[in-house]
Amino acid sequence: MIPAPFDYVAPSTVDEAVRALVDAGEDAKVIAGGQSLLPVLRMRLAAPTTLVDLGRIAELRGVREDGDALVIGSMTTHYDVQRDPLIGEHAALLARATDTVADPQVRHRGTFGGSIAHADPAGDLLAPALALDAEMLVAGPAGRRTVPAADFFDDFFTTAMSPEEILVEVRVPKHTGWHAHYEKFNRVAQAWSMVAVAATVRTEGGTIAEARVGLTNMASVPVRARGVEQALVGQAATPETIRAAAEHAAEGTNPTVDGNADVEYRQQLARVLTGRAISAAMAG
Amino acid sequence: MRITVTVDGTSYTDDVEPRTLLVHHLRERLGKVGTVVGCDTSNCGACTVHLDGHSVKSCSVLAVQADGCEVTTVEGLARDGTLHPVQQAFHDNHALQCGFCTPGMIMQSIDLLADNPDPDEQAVREGIEGNLCRCTGYQNIVRAVQDAAHHMRPGAGPEAERVAGVDQATGSRAASSVGGGGE
Ligand SMILES: Cc1cc2nc3c(=O)[nH]c(=O)nc-3n(C[C@H](O)[C@H](O)[C@H](O)COP(=O)(O)OP(=O)(O)OC[C@H]3O[C@@H](n4cnc5c(N)ncnc54)[C@H](O)[C@@H]3O)c2cc1C
Ligand code: FES
Ligand code: FES
Repeated sequence: MIPAPFDYVAPSTVDEAVRALVDAGEDAKVIAGGQSLLPVLRMRLAAPTTLVDLGRIAELRGVREDGDALVIGSMTTHYDVQRDPLIGEHAALLARATDTVADPQVRHRGTFGGSIAHADPAGDLLAPALALDAEMLVAGPAGRRTVPAADFFDDFFTTAMSPEEILVEVRVPKHTGWHAHYEKFNRVAQAWSMVAVAATVRTEGGTIAEARVGLTNMASVPVRARGVEQALVGQAATPETIRAAAEHAAEGTNPTVDGNADVEYRQQLARVLTGRAISAAMAG
Repeated sequence: MRITVTVDGTSYTDDVEPRTLLVHHLRERLGKVGTVVGCDTSNCGACTVHLDGHSVKSCSVLAVQADGCEVTTVEGLARDGTLHPVQQAFHDNHALQCGFCTPGMIMQSIDLLADNPDPDEQAVREGIEGNLCRCTGYQNIVRAVQDAAHHMRPGAGPEAERVAGVDQATGSRAASSVGGGGE
């Protein structure tokens, strides 16, 4: 189908984009890669009056180093995240998760910031951002502010951003040399995660010194598997310790029931996939 | 809104409504009906074209977003009546039945080969995972892509789409001098 009519503006700076959102009123919407928004508009599930396209704002694209962190521009495409040498070296978990997103055509258009802002509980980049303690830099009419990932995701498709705010960039503390793996369970013809586990660990000798584990689609927002993280630290990375730690994966979770899976099945998936994710991270 | 898009080597300037999808602009305004629409959900890949050298689903891009860009459709691949090596390989390997998925499959296969000139079977299947075929069971499509890879020098990407004599900006990937079908 053809989307309902809307006005279109393509500003060249973040400030202009914020002004365009304010001027256009509450039915305005940002368009980034359009890979989630355009299907929604085509099915007429939404009908914004104005689209503010971030695609012509050069400062929103690319990855740079800033001290002990990487800064990823919100309009950096999935394709570029997959191949970026800085991300490969300092935040491999993001690259591995992005490899599993959608298909090549969607990865050419879809953006890192768009995925984060969209806040789909099945989106694959939320749990890695949470696990890596990312921070979101947001610009709005009142200026810029930083929101930690732990405070950013409020509910299904809902974030701490107001409709007049724009996600500018995401700051990810460097996890240089950490092992990483994203283990995803989905239907073959449908890339979306039923459940997925983002795991990254730092080892010293044969011992796990630090661990971060995030879960995709185990709630309306991404969640940290703190019990698993605590059970891993200080342990030798043997199949037994990994299996024992993974048993904690579903603790305290209350996942959504949908046509794919009920609560028990999702919790079982979380435990099994956590074990696989940590094992694969260690092997990688 | 007035936009200028270069499609298969020709520059077109048109007034379009912002809500016009690129695929509708190509088909209905420019008459490039080789690119088809197969779904409403961005899943099927039948509408795949190259936008500045990278494959995209043209049903999931607004025409206004392509302003100033270069688009290649399946109609822009053959040169002087000679098929592009990937088109020829689809023909030789019976990689289609009804043919509806074929324009998108061919455009995506060329994109895949630009990134990976010698893909194994698994890499081909992953490379075309955004393209659905209801007829063939994919076997002959995978065979055709690997056959095409063997017939092409590395990098079938943007360079292969250049119109002879026109100096256009190329994409960022390694490109070769493989002329579409010209060899
Ligand atoms: C066939 C298909 C399969 C897919 N499979 C997967 C998958 O397996 N895993 C996965 O994670 N994703 C998947 N996706 C979604 C894809 O990753 C999208 O790229 C992503 O969800 C949204 O990014 P975008 O840049 O396209 O955003 P858009 O579609 O442009 O925007 C999405 C939403 O976020 C808002 N927004 C975007 N950017 C900003 C910003 N900078 N500031 C404020 N608000 C903003 C928009 O207003 C809109 O509401 C799939 C999509 C398709 C079409
Ligand atoms: S028409 Fe199906 S993906 Fe574009
Ligand atoms: S040949 Fe009929 S859909 Fe592929």
